[in-house]
Amino acid sequence: MTSTPRRFPLPRLIGLALWLVLLTLLSVWMGAQVPRWLPVSASSAAPLVDGLFGFETAVATFVFVGVVSVMVWVVLFNRAEKYDISDAEPIEGNTTLEITWTVIPLVLVMAIAAYTIQVNRQIGLIGPMDHAHGPALGGGEVQVIARQWSWEFRYPVAGVSSTELHLPLDRRLGLQLESDDVIHGFYVPAFRLKQQVIPGRSITLFITPTRAGRYRLRDSEYSGTWFAANQADVVVESEEAYQSWLSRAARLPLQPGLSDAAREFAQQRSGERPSGYATIQPAPPPLVNVPGSNTLPHDG
Amino acid sequence: MTSSAGVDARILRAPHPVPGAPDNWKRFFTFNTDAKVIGIQYIATALFFLLVGGLLAMIMRGELITPAADLVDRTVYNGLYTMHGTIMLFLFIFPVLNGLNNLLIPCMIGAPDMAFPKLNAAAFWLVPVFGVILMASFLVPGGPASSGWWSYPPVSLQNPLGHLINGEALWILAVALSGISSIMGAVNFVTTILRMRAPGMTLSRMPIFCWTAFSAQTIQLIGLPALTGGAVMLLFDLVVGTSFYRPEGGGDPVLYQHFFWFYSHPAVYVIILPVFGVFSELFPVYARKPLFGYPFVAGASLVIVGLSLIVWVHHMFPSGVPQWMRDAFMVTTMLIAVPTGIKVFAWLATLWGGKLRLNTAMLFALGGLFNFVFAGVTGIMLATVPVDIHVNNTYFVVGHFHYVIYGAATMGVYAAIYHWFPKFTGHMYYEGLGKLHFLLTFIGTNLNFFPMHPLGLMGMPRRVSSYDPEFAFWNVIASLGAFLLGVSIIPFLLNLVSSWVRGAKAPANPWNAIGLEWLLPSPPPAENFEEHVPTVISGPYGYGTGRPLVEHQAEIERALQQA
Repeated sequence: MTSTPRRFPLPRLIGLALWLVLLTLLSVWMGAQVPRWLPVSASSAAPLVDGLFGFETAVATFVFVGVVSVMVWVVLFNRAEKYDISDAEPIEGNTTLEITWTVIPLVLVMAIAAYTIQVNRQIGLIGPMDHAHGPALGGGEVQVIARQWSWEFRYPVAGVSSTELHLPLDRRLGLQLESDDVIHGFYVPAFRLKQQVIPGRSITLFITPTRAGRYRLRDSEYSGTWFAANQADVVVESEEAYQSWLSRAARLPLQPGLSDAAREFAQQRSGERPSGYATIQPAPPPLVNVPGSNTLPHDG
Repeated sequence: MTSSAGVDARILRAPHPVPGAPDNWKRFFTFNTDAKVIGIQYIATALFFLLVGGLLAMIMRGELITPAADLVDRTVYNGLYTMHGTIMLFLFIFPVLNGLNNLLIPCMIGAPDMAFPKLNAAAFWLVPVFGVILMASFLVPGGPASSGWWSYPPVSLQNPLGHLINGEALWILAVALSGISSIMGAVNFVTTILRMRAPGMTLSRMPIFCWTAFSAQTIQLIGLPALTGGAVMLLFDLVVGTSFYRPEGGGDPVLYQHFFWFYSHPAVYVIILPVFGVFSELFPVYARKPLFGYPFVAGASLVIVGLSLIVWVHHMFPSGVPQWMRDAFMVTTMLIAVPTGIKVFAWLATLWGGKLRLNTAMLFALGGLFNFVFAGVTGIMLATVPVDIHVNNTYFVVGHFHYVIYGAATMGVYAAIYHWFPKFTGHMYYEGLGKLHFLLTFIGTNLNFFPMHPLGLMGMPRRVSSYDPEFAFWNVIASLGAFLLGVSIIPFLLNLVSSWVRGAKAPANPWNAIGLEWLLPSPPPAENFEEHVPTVISGPYGYGTGRPLVEHQAEIERALQQA
C-alpha cells in the first residue's frame, strides 16, 4: 500500500473501512431477519435449517450488497464526460488480486460446505446409504400412502387410518412413505423436511415434531392434474392427546376420507365446474376412520 | 438496386444475397448457408417464440393472481406451464444464443463462414420444424404435454386417452429434434473455433465470447447424448410399453432423473456461459478499459465446464439419494462459485476507474450482472442440502432460475442484440426506446421474480394451479411484474423493426470497439474478410494501450471510413 500512496489515500481507506463495517452490520441484521420469512419452526430439524439459512443470508447479503455497491460507485463516479471519447487507464490485470479472489471464495464456500455437512449429520433425515430398491427399511410407525390425489395415513399398531396426519410432540418417529402411482413429494414447510415418495419403494423419513399445532402437508413433486390440491393437515399434539386420538379413532367406522381432487372431479362430471384437457381420474377417496379436515386455519 | 448507394461494394459483388444488401428480404426464408443470415433467422425465430412463451406465462400469472384455480382449468394450467418452460428453453434461449454464435463467431475470429455451412442451415431449419410439432401438440386430443419440462416418469407416462399420438409423445419428439439440432450446431461451432481462426489469433488472443461459446458447445457435445438417450427410453416406455422407468415393470423412475439432470444442469451453463462472454465483451468497450485478467476469465470458463458435469445430483437431493451423494454433490456445486466469482470480480475490476458510457447495451449488461449476482447468492443457498430440502420444488427455485435465465441471460442477450445491432443490420438503434425497454425490463424482472423467493421460503410449491391464501400478497406483485414484462417487449420490437427499416446508417465501428468484427463494414459482406483476412498481432481488449490488434490496422480503418 505504501508504495502507491496516490491510489489509496488515507480518507479513502477510512471510507472503505467504514463501509465494510456498515456492510457487516447490515449483513448480520439481515441474517437475523430470517425467522420472519419462514413458517413457524415445528421440528427438531427446523432450527438447524434456519440457523444455516440465517448464516447464508448474512454471507449472501455481504456479497450481493458489496458487489452492487461497487457497481453503484462506478456508475455514479466513473462516467465518461459527455464528449470524452478517450480511453481509461489500461490496467490489464493483477495476479495478487486474482489469487485473493480465488482463495477467499474457495475458503468461504468450503467453510459453508463443512458447516452444512455438520448440519446434515445432525438432521440425519434418512440412513446414510438409503438408496433402497423395494421395502428395505422398516420401522415406520406411520405408513404414509400418496395417491393421485390424496394422502392416507395408517397407524398399523393402533389399527387406525386417517386423511389427517397426527403426530406426538417431542418424539422421534418414522414415517414410511409409499406411493400407489406416480412420484409425490412429502413436504411439511413447518418441519423444513421434504422427501420424494417413489412408487415401488418404501422410504422411511424420521421426524421429531417440537411444537404443537396444525400444519400443512403439501405434495411437492408434480403429480398431475390435482397436484396443487393434494394437501393434508398435520396435527402435532402431546403424547397423551395423540394416544387418546388413536384409541378414539380406532373405534370409529370406516368412511371416505378427504380428497379435493375427487370432489372437483365429481363437480366436473356433473357439469358444475368446467373441465379442460384429458385427465387421469382421481383415485377414490381412501376409506379411513378419521377424515379430519384440511380447511381449518393452520400455523404454517 | 437504386438504393445501393453507401453499401459496401463487396456486398453487391456477393454471389448470393447477404444481410443489409438491398431488396433481398426473401433470403431469410430460404435454406441460406450464410452464417449471418442464419444468425438472424435464429434470432427472429427465437423472438417469435419468446412472445409465445411470454403469452403463456402471462396467462399463468393471471391464474396465479388469485389463490383459487379459477381462470383456466387445472389441466390447462399444467399444459401451459409445461409448454412455457419448454418453449422458453428449447425455442427461445438456445436458438437466440445460437443466433449470436452464428453472427459473432465467424466475424470475431476472422473466418469467412462456419466450418459446415449446410449443416449449419440444417441445424437452424430443424428449429421451426420442432417448433411446429410442439405447437401442434396443443391441437391433438387430450391436449399438450403437461408433466413439466422435466417430464419425470411415471407421471409423464400416464396417457389418459391412450392415443398413440398424444401431447407427451409430440413433446418428446420435439425435444429429441431440438437435441439433434443442438448437437449439429455444437459440432459446427467447436470446429469453426478450433480450425478457422485468423492468422495470429492464437487461443490466448481469442475474444472471451468465443471462449465461452466454445465451452458451452463442448457441454452440448458431452451432455446432450445422455438426455437424448434418456428421452428415447421415455418415448419407448410411452408408446411401445417398455419398462425402463415403470416401477411396476421393474424399472426405476429415479434413473430418468439422473439422465435428465446430467444434461439439464450443464444446460444452464450452455445458456449462461455465452452471456458471460457478452459481459466480458461489453464492459471493456463501454468502460474504455482492457478486460481485467483475461487469461483467468478465459480459463474460468473451462473450469466451469468441468464442474458443471459433476453437479447434477443437486437437483435430486430430496429424491432419495444417499447422504454421501448429497454431501459430495453439494461440495462440487459450491466449487462452481469460485470460477464464477473470478469472472464477476474481473468485470468489477474492469469497470473500476473506467470511463463508463451508459447506452442501452451497457445498461442491459449492468442490469444483467446485478441480477446474476443475486441469482448467484441464492444459488449458494440452494447448494446447501438442508436449505435445499426446505425450498426444493418451491417458488424459491423458480425465482432463482428466472433471475438466471431472464434476469441475467435474457438481459445479456438484449445487451448483445443492441451492441451488435448496428454491425449486422447496418443501422443504429434508437437509444430512447432502448432505454425505455431497459427500464421496463429491469423493474419488471425484479417485480416478477423477487416475490418468488419469500413465497418459496414460506413453502409454496412450484407448478401449483391453486394455493393457500397466505401466499396471495406476493403472488399479486409477481403477476403485476409479469404483465409489466409483457409490456416491456413492445418498445423492444418497435425499436428493432423501426431501426432496421429507417434507423441512421451505422458506421463500421460505432462504439469505437476493438475486435475483428469491428474491422468489417456494417453489415459485413457475405464472406467477411474474403481473401484479406488480417493477421492478429495482439490480444483482445487493448483499450488505452495504443496496441494495434492487427497488422496494417490504420490502413484497414481508413479504407472502412472511405467506403
